Amino acid sequence: MQIVDRRLNPKAKSLGNRQRFMRRAKAEIRAAAREALKKRRIDQVDGGERISISTKSLREPSFGLNGDTGTRDIVIPGNQDFTVGDTIARPPAGGGSGSKGSPDGSGEDDFIFTLTREEFLDLFFEDLKLPNLVKVQLKSLKAAKLARAGFAKEGSPSKLNAARTMRNSLGRRMAMQRPSLARIQALEAELAAAEAEMQPNTARIALLSEQLRRLQHLRKSVAFVDPIDLRYNRHERRPRPTTQAVMFCLMDVSASMTEPLKELAKRFFMLLNVFLKRHYQEVDIVFIRHTTEAQEVDEAAFFEATSTGGTVISTALEEMRRVIAGRYPPSEWNIYAAQASDGHNVSDDMAICVEILQKQLLPVCQHYAYIEVREPGSSLVPNSVVWRAYSSLEKATSNFAARHASEAGEIYPVFRELFAAEKSTA
Amino acid sequence: MNTSTSARSMRPLFEGHEWTFDLLKKAYDAIEEVGVGEMGLNLSPNTIEVITAEQMLDAYASIGMPRMYRHWSFGKHFARDEAQYRKGGRALAFELVINSDPCINYIMEENSMTMQTLVLAHAAMGHNHFFKNNYLFREWTRPDAILDYLDFAKSYVARCEEQHGAEAVEFVLDAAHALMAQGVSRHPGSKTARSFERERERELERRVYEEQSFNDLWRTVPKGARGSDPETRGAPPAPIVTADADDAIGLPEENILYFLEKHAPKLDSWQRELLRIVRMLANYFYPQRQTKLMNEGCATWCHYRIMNRLYEKGALTEGSMLEFLHSHSSVVTQPSWNDRRFSGINPYALGFAMMRDIERMTLDPSDEDRAWFPEIAGSGDVMGVLKSVWADYRDDSFVMQFLSPKVIRDFRLFEVRDKAEKPVVDVRSIHNEQGYRNIRRALANHYAVSAQDPDLQIVEADLTGSRRLQIVHRVRHGVLLDKLGCERVLLHVARLWGYRVKLVEIDGVSGKTLREHDSLPIP
Repeated sequence: MQIVDRRLNPKAKSLGNRQRFMRRAKAEIRAAAREALKKRRIDQVDGGERISISTKSLREPSFGLNGDTGTRDIVIPGNQDFTVGDTIARPPAGGGSGSKGSPDGSGEDDFIFTLTREEFLDLFFEDLKLPNLVKVQLKSLKAAKLARAGFAKEGSPSKLNAARTMRNSLGRRMAMQRPSLARIQALEAELAAAEAEMQPNTARIALLSEQLRRLQHLRKSVAFVDPIDLRYNRHERRPRPTTQAVMFCLMDVSASMTEPLKELAKRFFMLLNVFLKRHYQEVDIVFIRHTTEAQEVDEAAFFEATSTGGTVISTALEEMRRVIAGRYPPSEWNIYAAQASDGHNVSDDMAICVEILQKQLLPVCQHYAYIEVREPGSSLVPNSVVWRAYSSLEKATSNFAARHASEAGEIYPVFRELFAAEKSTA
Repeated sequence: MNTSTSARSMRPLFEGHEWTFDLLKKAYDAIEEVGVGEMGLNLSPNTIEVITAEQMLDAYASIGMPRMYRHWSFGKHFARDEAQYRKGGRALAFELVINSDPCINYIMEENSMTMQTLVLAHAAMGHNHFFKNNYLFREWTRPDAILDYLDFAKSYVARCEEQHGAEAVEFVLDAAHALMAQGVSRHPGSKTARSFERERERELERRVYEEQSFNDLWRTVPKGARGSDPETRGAPPAPIVTADADDAIGLPEENILYFLEKHAPKLDSWQRELLRIVRMLANYFYPQRQTKLMNEGCATWCHYRIMNRLYEKGALTEGSMLEFLHSHSSVVTQPSWNDRRFSGINPYALGFAMMRDIERMTLDPSDEDRAWFPEIAGSGDVMGVLKSVWADYRDDSFVMQFLSPKVIRDFRLFEVRDKAEKPVVDVRSIHNEQGYRNIRRALANHYAVSAQDPDLQIVEADLTGSRRLQIVHRVRHGVLLDKLGCERVLLHVARLWGYRVKLVEIDGVSGKTLREHDSLPIP
C-alpha cells in the first residue's frame, strides 16, 4: 500500500479541455457575454461572469430509447396500498427507469457556467484596437523582460536547477568510480564473514581490508555533490520594443449631466479603461473632468467623485493641450482622446472648442472620439449644440469620430464602432 | 455479527476530526487486517491518493480516469459540474476508485478521519476485491495495462491534433463518442482478447510497416483491385470489399464502431486508430455498467462489516462510529416512489440489502429461505457464499438468483406495466406469493444491459454501388428510438462512413417496418 499526496500537483489539468470547449461554443459564449455586459453594474465591468448559453453546438447525442413509446414493465419501491389490478396516474420522470426520460432531451436546456475575467475580456475586446498606431518609438530599456537563457555555474540558491545539478553529479560519480554504499556494505559483510571463519585466511582478510580501505577512502574523497556540479537557471533582461501611447479621457460632470447620463459616460470610460489596460501595458491614461473649469484627476476621482456647475468644454480641451505640451511631446507619443458629454455647452464656447480642436489638438492626435450621452428616447430631438458643431468637424477631418448613445445596451456597440480593428484608416 | 465478540481491547486508532498521513497508514493497516486477515478478501495492491475538490472535478470530467486524451466534452462536463458544485447544488463523492493494478483510490482532502476510514474500507477493500474477482472484469479488462494504454491514447490523440488539426480529430472523436455504447462486441467469441500493451505495439508496427512499404505507385492503382481480409493489419488503406461479401466483412455486426473502423471506405488509418481507442475504452467500461448494483452492494457490505469489526475491537471511538452510521444510513436510504427525492432504485440500498440478506440466510434462515434458496440457506459460511456470488454474477443474474421475498417485502417492491397509449399505468404484481417471481424477473430485466440498450445491427453494406449502409433496430415491445438523438448520431455515422446511411426500425416480433431514418454526409 502506498499513500500519495496529489494535492500539490499542477492545477488546471483540464485547461486544455476547457479551451477546446470554449472554442467549440465560441459563437454562443460571445453572444452571451456581450448580453451579460448590458446588465452589469458599473463597478463590475471588469470581472468574470456567469453566463448561460444554449447547448446547440455542445450536444453529445447517443442512440437512446424514447420513453413515450411502447410498453415496459417497471419495478418500483415503496408500495403502500396498491394491489394487483390497480391503476396509477403515470408517475413523472420515467418512474424508476433511470435516465429513460431524457437521453438527449436535456440537450435543449441552457448550460450555465462561469467565465474567468480573462476569458470574459478576451471575448469582449476581440478584434478591437487603437486606430492609427503609427509613431513607433523604442522606449528606453525601462521595458525589459526577464527571459530564460540557459544555465550558469553561479547563481543564487533559489535558482538552483536540481535536475541539471544531479545529472552532473551522477556523471562525475560514475567517472570517478565512487563506490556505492551497497558495495561497501557487501565488502564489509564479506570481511566480517572471512574474519569469523574457524581458520581465518589472513591473506584474504588483508586483501579485503585493503580493498575496503581503498573504497572507503574513495567514497570519502569523491563528494556526492561537488561545487563543480552545481548549475543555476540563468535569466537575461531583454529589452522589449514598445510603442508609447497616451489616452486622454474627458468628461463633463456638470449639473446638466444627470446621474443616468453620468452612468452612461462612465460605462463608456470604464470599458475604454479596461480595454486599454488589457491591450497596452504601456499606455498612459490621463483623466480630465470639467464643469466651467477643468482639472486633471486620478482614476478614482474621475469615476467616483461628483461635482456640479455649468459647462465650458473648452476648458477641458485647454487643459488637455497643456498636459500634452508639458508631458507628452507629440513627436514621441501616440495621442488619443475620448470625450463624453450630454451635448450642452455655453453657446459661444463651441466656436472656441472647434478652433482648439482643429488648430491644436487634432493635428497631434491619432484619433479623437466623441460620445454624446442622451436621455432615453431623446434620439429624435433636435441635435445638441455640441453635436452640430462636432458633426461638421467629423466630416472635415479623418481622425475625429462622434457617436451618441442613450442606454447602457448601446454603449458596447458604439464602443466597438469606434475601435473596430478594420476601421483603422491610415 | 457472527465473529467472536472480542472485548474492545485495541486502543482507538484516532480521536477527533483531522486526518494525517500517519493516521491514514495506521487506519489502512487495521482495515487490511480485518479485510484480508479475517474476511479473506483478495486484493490488488492499493495506492491511495489524496486529492482536492478541483482534482475530483477533473476526475469526474474525464470519466474517472486519471489520464485522458483531450476533448471538449470533458471541458463541458467540468464546467457544468464545477458550476453546480460552486452553487452547492451537488456534493462531490468522498472517493473514486479506478480498476487498475495497482488499484488507485482517490480520497478527498476534506473528509474527516472517520470518513477516510470508511472510504478506505469501501473502496480499497470492497471495490478492489470486486474488480479483481468478478468474472466480467477478469474477462473484459486488463487492470495492469489500462494506465499505459491511456498514456498511449493521450499522446496519440495529441499527435493527431498536431498533424491533422484539432478540428479534424474532434470530428472523429465526436462521432466515436456518440457510438460508444455501440462499440462493444457482446459475444466473447467475436472479441479478440488483446492486451493494451499489445495495442500500442500493434500501432507502432503498423506505422513502421506503412513507412517501409510506402510506394507512391499504389496511389495510381484502382483501389478495388486489392485483396482484403478485414483482419489483415498491414495495408493502410481500407479494405474495399466486393459485393455479396457480407460474410467476409462479418455482417450482421452489432459493434458499429468496430465495423466502421474496419470497413468505412474513406477513413485514414489515424482516424481508424481513434475509433479503436474509443472502442477500447467502451470495452473497459462495459463491465462497470453491468455490475453497478453488485459492485456498490459488495463495497457497502464490506465497509459496514469492517467498520463494525473495528468498533468491536475498540479501534473506533463511539463518536466516530456515530458519524459513520449517520453517513452510512444516508447512503443506503431508498426513498419511496412518491417521495420527492425518489430517482429510481438506489444501487447502494438494494445492493447492501441483498448482501445482508444473503448473510442472514446463510446464518439464520427462515423456512421460506430454505424453500427458495436451499443451496445457501443455513450453510453458515458467509464469506464463502458472498465471495462466490461476487465472483460469478452480474447485476441481472444476481437479482434473478438472489432477490429474496424478504427483500421484496422490505422494499415493498411492486411491478407496473407502462403502456404509452394509456394515460395510467397498471399494477401487475406486488409483494405477495404470486408476485415475487414476476417482480424478480422484471427487476433482473431492468438491470440487463442487453435488454435496456437498443438492439442495433448493421445488416447491409453495399460496397460497390450506392455504398449505402443499413442499420436495423429490432424494436422490443414497441419502444422506438428517440428521434432527435437518433438522427444526430446517424449524421455522425454518415460522416464516418462517407456515404448514405439508413436506419430501419423493425418490430422484433412481426418484422413490420415501424420507422425509417436516413442520413447523408454533409460534404
